Amino acid sequence: MLLDSLFNGIAIGSVLLVAALGLAIVFGLMGVINLAHGELMMLGAYTTYVTQLIFKLPLLKPYYNAYVIVSIFLAFIVSGVVGILLEKTVIRKLYGSPLETLLATWGVSLILQQFVRSVPLAYGTGLIISLLVGLFLPTIFSSKIKESINFKYIRFSSWVIAALSGVLTGNLISSSVSKLSRASARNVDVTAPAWMRGQVEILGTAFPKTRLMIIIITLISVIAITLFLNQSAWGMRIRAVTQNREMSDCLGISTEKVDVLTFGIGSGLAGVAGVAVSLLGSVGPNVGGNYIVGCFMVVVLGGVGNLLGTIFASFGIGIMTDLIGAGRLLSIWPDMPLPLSNTINFFATTSMARVMIFALIVIFLQFKPTGLFPQKGRMVES
Amino acid sequence: MKKKSKSLLSLENITVSFEGFLALNDLNLSLKKGELRAVIGPNGAGKTTFLDVITGKVKPNKGNVFFKGKSLIGRKEHKIARLGVGRKFQSPRVFENLTVKENLEISVSSPKSPLNLINKNIKTEQIEEIDHLMKIVNLSNKKNAKAGSLSHGQKQWLEIAMLVGQKPDLMLVDEPVAGLTDEETDLTADLLKSLSGDNTVVVIDHDMEFIRRLDSNVSVLNQGTVLCEGTMDTIQNDKKVIDVYLGRPEE
Amino acid sequence: MEFKNLKLSKKTTFIIWVGIIAFVIAAPTILPVFRLNLLGRYLSLAIVALGVDLIWGFTGLLSLGQGIFFALGGYCAAMYLQITSSSEFPNNIPEFFGLYGVDNLPFFWEPFRSPIFTLFAIWVIPALVAGMLGFLVFRNRIKGVYFSILTQAALLVFFNFFNGQQKLINGTNGLKTDVTELFGQMVGSEQMQRMFFWTTAVLVIAAWFFSKWLVKGRFGNILIGIRDDEPRVRFTGYNPVLFKTIIFSIAGALAGISGALYTVQSGIVSPQFMTVPFSIEMVIWVAVGGRGTLLGAILGAVFINYAKSLVSEALPASWMFIQGGLFILVVTALPEGVLGWIQGEGPRNLLQRFGLKRKIETYPSLEINNEAEDLKK
Repeated sequence: MLLDSLFNGIAIGSVLLVAALGLAIVFGLMGVINLAHGELMMLGAYTTYVTQLIFKLPLLKPYYNAYVIVSIFLAFIVSGVVGILLEKTVIRKLYGSPLETLLATWGVSLILQQFVRSVPLAYGTGLIISLLVGLFLPTIFSSKIKESINFKYIRFSSWVIAALSGVLTGNLISSSVSKLSRASARNVDVTAPAWMRGQVEILGTAFPKTRLMIIIITLISVIAITLFLNQSAWGMRIRAVTQNREMSDCLGISTEKVDVLTFGIGSGLAGVAGVAVSLLGSVGPNVGGNYIVGCFMVVVLGGVGNLLGTIFASFGIGIMTDLIGAGRLLSIWPDMPLPLSNTINFFATTSMARVMIFALIVIFLQFKPTGLFPQKGRMVES
Repeated sequence: MKKKSKSLLSLENITVSFEGFLALNDLNLSLKKGELRAVIGPNGAGKTTFLDVITGKVKPNKGNVFFKGKSLIGRKEHKIARLGVGRKFQSPRVFENLTVKENLEISVSSPKSPLNLINKNIKTEQIEEIDHLMKIVNLSNKKNAKAGSLSHGQKQWLEIAMLVGQKPDLMLVDEPVAGLTDEETDLTADLLKSLSGDNTVVVIDHDMEFIRRLDSNVSVLNQGTVLCEGTMDTIQNDKKVIDVYLGRPEE
Repeated sequence: MEFKNLKLSKKTTFIIWVGIIAFVIAAPTILPVFRLNLLGRYLSLAIVALGVDLIWGFTGLLSLGQGIFFALGGYCAAMYLQITSSSEFPNNIPEFFGLYGVDNLPFFWEPFRSPIFTLFAIWVIPALVAGMLGFLVFRNRIKGVYFSILTQAALLVFFNFFNGQQKLINGTNGLKTDVTELFGQMVGSEQMQRMFFWTTAVLVIAAWFFSKWLVKGRFGNILIGIRDDEPRVRFTGYNPVLFKTIIFSIAGALAGISGALYTVQSGIVSPQFMTVPFSIEMVIWVAVGGRGTLLGAILGAVFINYAKSLVSEALPASWMFIQGGLFILVVTALPEGVLGWIQGEGPRNLLQRFGLKRKIETYPSLEINNEAEDLKK
């Protein structure tokens, strides 16, 4: 009984965590509120859907079972690239004014939502491919070539190649997968491969395999990002820029590159979260919006710029949601006094549990306004 | 040592630590009413934290602050300000989108409740006070100019005028001459000197020439604690002070 | 009506006002009923926009939850209309209760039998809710984006609550007002709609003057001070929590009035008033019009909504693109909004340095200069 509740809570929490992880990084390290984060998740979810359909093609059919794993990487890349584009075009102009960023990214989220409604997914994929090629083709050349005057021609021609490859991919996909050739505002469904359906029995309780999969995805993401930030050279640069931008600039760290990288990784993680979300229910243009506020609650509750806080807050909210939403307290303590049990029943739905949890968070913030694990030091106030 | 009962402000065994770093370490300091006191010290000696503790921005881990016999610990910033502690910040902080006159209105207005501000017009004596202040700091002709359009020195002075307009019993002045010309520095020193007597003033600065001109008692802070106290001459001959501060080439 | 670059003489101002009043009186006869109703709705939205400008443009508080107060005002009005028009239904309670087998009126409906209570509730209840929420948040110095996030979360919470409670307030279906009666007339009738249009027009003007009066002088200056440098305000002896709570309550009250007027003119109030996009749209009306200008908020609300209905009629899918693009454009290229741009150096800059990069300022230059002139005597 308790184990059940705990597992459900962890399952809810891990979805929150993987969704909030990217947000926490972008917000914590760059101070950027990205309201389009939910839509980056949505792109990740659609990527899963597209990957699934492509793996149904005769050529890839034998590997169908692996499509979820592949789509995790693809979703990371797709959302990451869109995030990089977003950073380079909009967010870069707005550093230091978080409220403006918030509004601008909301505009981006509207455009992304309408984009998946009115552009066929096949051509959407083509567009992503051309973005990828256009952004990364020039970077493979050695720095010597990059500094030469003729490099602008290389850049130009790589965008031409990018456009061509995008159109080709778009046409190829749309001619081979008919489902992707028309735009549709309707929700689509991702079906898990056979090995992920069904349940596993642990300690006498049955756990759905998709939930377990999400927990594993979350775990891997958290470990990977922690290792990256703490062990790699770029991770160190990111932390350096977070702590002192001017100084890092003076020490020869390209803060511009660090910004792009941080935002790209945060967005990529949103894509991974999208894969997780697609396994839970149908995927539509609004799927991201359902999670975004929960993610922000996690970040506020956990304290900014603190992965540990994000983790605790996600699981805390997850477990509380299950406890309140499923009215678990009532089954643990069946003969509680009537007024109390009535109250618990009143809040025992998913939406009312949200009401209750918000109230609890506001009460919590009365005592610890800076969250569970606040940043300390004299920099905080100023 | 001064007697506690006579002092306007006294800090007792104040310790402030930021994640293990001791910004203030067992600091003791007291001020008599009407005194002008200069506080100097090398970078990171805890000068600004010292002001933060008095004005309620930073809560000390240990120790107590008494102002007019009342403890300031745990009081909100605006309550401390209303008790009569005024502060001028290191870099001038004036309201840049308001005019000079509006800036001064904010500081002069009293009582400082929202209802008073909505309901009533500003009193005539307060308007006179504002005109007077603008004359002192030479900003009368900039009355309706946005504070953001003033020069650095003018902003410094506007902020000093705002501080005076607040009519505090204790004025804390953080680096009032940073970025000012020599002439402006001299004028500021004279202004501050003229304020003491009626007011108690604490001036924090790096500029030794300026401090000498103030002709006041000096406290030297180092590593979060008071190293030495006395007149300019005494501290200049103090061996400890020479070691940590004066002996070093100018920063 | 003063602009920095083009100062209007007393005579011109008078003529403009005569024009406005003449239009308001004549509008019902010039415009077809459908357009009149739309204009009335957009004008009522201008009132909530004024509130957004007060808290965001002047005080720097970006609330993404004004929909809460807007909807509360709407619900108050709709509850009164439903309950006073329910005599022919079983148990003398609104019809929808029958669908869920509710026989007794929930207790909180009772006071809404009184028209006077309702007239107060429309703005007092939202103001109280805003004040309470604001106080709890401001007390802990939660500001900036945290405030925005919390207001958005609060919005979602209220949405969930109203959406889920069928037996109390008809849940997701909302409360219809167009078939209820007021003064013996159908609320949806042409005559009543005309009345509502006039009421709205008068209230928009009243709200505008009220807001102008509020930000003029020292109270408004403190708000601007809080926006630009809150700690400085605190060290000067003011309690920002109090000021912020007051202005947030006032914005809540304006939102409530706006919501009530909108409800009676659109014929329904529902949890749709509390969706996340709608509340953010309110902010963008102000951003486009020019924050910190008040007049910009009114113009922004009316014109953007008008544009929205025109575009949506012609090309339904493209509105989202246009709206999203507008958000990005205004924030990155026109941070002062259209009115702020006109009042500032905008047009001259454009003419002089066409094509050159423009300096981006975070805050709009405000009208306050003119107010200072007024005080000067």
